[in-house]
Amino acid sequence: MDRVKSILLFNLRERFSVWWENSSRNQRIVFRVVLIAGCYALPYLRNPIIDTPQSSFDSILFYPLVTFVILSVGLNIVVGKSGILDLGFVAFYAIGAYSMAILGTLTNLNFWEILPIGMGLAMLSGVVLGLPALRLRGDYLAIITLGFGEIVRIVAINVEITGGSQGIYGIPTPPKIFGIEFSVTNIRPYYWLMLTFVLLIIWAFLRLTVRRPGRAWEAIREDEDVAELMGVPTLKYKLWAFILGGAVGGAGGVVYASQVSTITPELFKLNVSFLILACVVFGGMGNLWGVILGAILLNYIPEKIRFLADTRIVLFGLLMVLMMNLRPNGLVPRMKREKVYDKKTGNEVLR
Amino acid sequence: MVSEFWGLTFDGIVVGSIFALIALGYTMVYGVLRLINFAHSEIFMMGTFASLGVVLLLGFTGFEDPLPLMSFLGIFLIVILVAGIASGSAAMLLETVAYRRLRRKNASRLSSLISAIGASLFLTEVFRIMTQSLDWDFPRLISKDPIFTFSTAIVSPDKLVVILGAAISLFILDRIINKTKLGLGIRAVSQDERTSLLMGVNIDQVIRFTFLIGGVLAGVAGSFYVLFYESTKFNAGFLMGISAFTAAVLGGIGNVRGAVVGAFTLGLFQQYSAAVLGYNWKDVITYIVLVLVLLIRPTGLLGEAMQRARI
Repeated sequence: MDRVKSILLFNLRERFSVWWENSSRNQRIVFRVVLIAGCYALPYLRNPIIDTPQSSFDSILFYPLVTFVILSVGLNIVVGKSGILDLGFVAFYAIGAYSMAILGTLTNLNFWEILPIGMGLAMLSGVVLGLPALRLRGDYLAIITLGFGEIVRIVAINVEITGGSQGIYGIPTPPKIFGIEFSVTNIRPYYWLMLTFVLLIIWAFLRLTVRRPGRAWEAIREDEDVAELMGVPTLKYKLWAFILGGAVGGAGGVVYASQVSTITPELFKLNVSFLILACVVFGGMGNLWGVILGAILLNYIPEKIRFLADTRIVLFGLLMVLMMNLRPNGLVPRMKREKVYDKKTGNEVLR
Repeated sequence: MVSEFWGLTFDGIVVGSIFALIALGYTMVYGVLRLINFAHSEIFMMGTFASLGVVLLLGFTGFEDPLPLMSFLGIFLIVILVAGIASGSAAMLLETVAYRRLRRKNASRLSSLISAIGASLFLTEVFRIMTQSLDWDFPRLISKDPIFTFSTAIVSPDKLVVILGAAISLFILDRIINKTKLGLGIRAVSQDERTSLLMGVNIDQVIRFTFLIGGVLAGVAGSFYVLFYESTKFNAGFLMGISAFTAAVLGGIGNVRGAVVGAFTLGLFQQYSAAVLGYNWKDVITYIVLVLVLLIRPTGLLGEAMQRARI
């Protein structure tokens, strides 16, 4: 078994972390720069190996790839980091998208002015939902969030300002920035824009997790009662996880709406919530890199193998059941740091 | 609203009967496993399609004259039996595939829940592809002409069949739980799993049996659903599932009689509020009731103090 493991992904990960530990500061910086530059250059790296046969590679990069990466990173704060099962994450995405659609078509505000408003509204709805709901736990909380996701969609169908089931069309594109024109036909700038957001969020998330909030979230995830007893204000930190996750989802929605220019309630069905959750679970709950990998794989593979596209949700379902039964912690599970005794030296080492 | 009162009340009871049968599945599984069986709504959906399949196989096309009462009852009994068997075995299979391994490993409840969501997605999508996302009409087997009207309440044969059928099913269930040995096992495991294990209860068997009963009831509910609404779809389970789950929570989840009370309460409440606010808002109202109950009185109408849901 260990041999199989070492041949598969696991050893790669181990090797990488050893290399990372032993590399110098300069090596790390070079690695980061190359990785980020590679991400930005992806639309130009189009070649037969990574190209998607039946759909435009640029549009795949924007949606679903980078859009689901941002949503999964947002949901990871809630589900992965703090252990709050949120089945209605699509609601925040929808609120962001509808803020962009409504404000963009009815007022003169441009994309950059609407972005903070959309994120703010998503955060506000996080408070409205979270304050009462977060006092519950586990299954109950999951059902309430699921209900919230559906309420947002049903309200969008039944209210006039959202255009009902017809939705809203003619959502404006963002204004020109750094000489880059945003237009309906050219998707690349949107990809870069969303990618920038993703990188900013990853950076902010990593800064947060090594500080007090990150530790509090992990404590809550491991055992909420113990965390509370140890003096962690659990409700406060759970609420913050909810709000920050909501803000990320809202940001994703705003960018998405400005690109597609037409949104309908159909786009925000419960399936999207489950899909985001599947990305998080598949990649490895709580491990940011695993989650990103999960989001990329689960959205890229179906495009690559287009003939499976119709049955992909079936496969997701199977995958979720199988994954939970065989590898409950995901593809790249978060590492448990624990103190162990080194057998040779007898010293305590942190692994 | 006031003028329609009796009509709404009667329809509320009909809908409540269907809710009750589904809600029992949620509540019984929660009782023994402390787990929300997320895929239960799909078991119900399979019941609706199983009923439809039987009727189509028997050669009904929907253009026949309504059947006389006796032959209708005979045919509908077959429909119910097949739907019950189909859903019951599906529920047992679900337990084996999605839950058993996780339960043996003592995995976290989050894992079980996600596994259940996966199973639910799988079943919905398989049926979506198989039925081509279409609405499938259920042939009219019995006339929908009113037998008599009481104020605005239209009493038609199909509604009476639903109410009486649900009442009989509930009675049989009550007997099973309170009079048989397996029923005793279910009650024992709901109270204290570890102690009942020590007392020699075969827990695996009890859990399998619980899933079987829940599945059979959901299948029967599926037959009544297609009889009353005369149509089904791959996602028919979702909203019914949420409503039935709300009913189970409303009555106090884990409490069998509570689920029935909750189901009728919710059925009536949905009808009244839909009449006041409009039919479009019916589902929003269900969710709001669910949220309010969970927040204000998580033990439900009849619930005893329940253990806190833990992840």
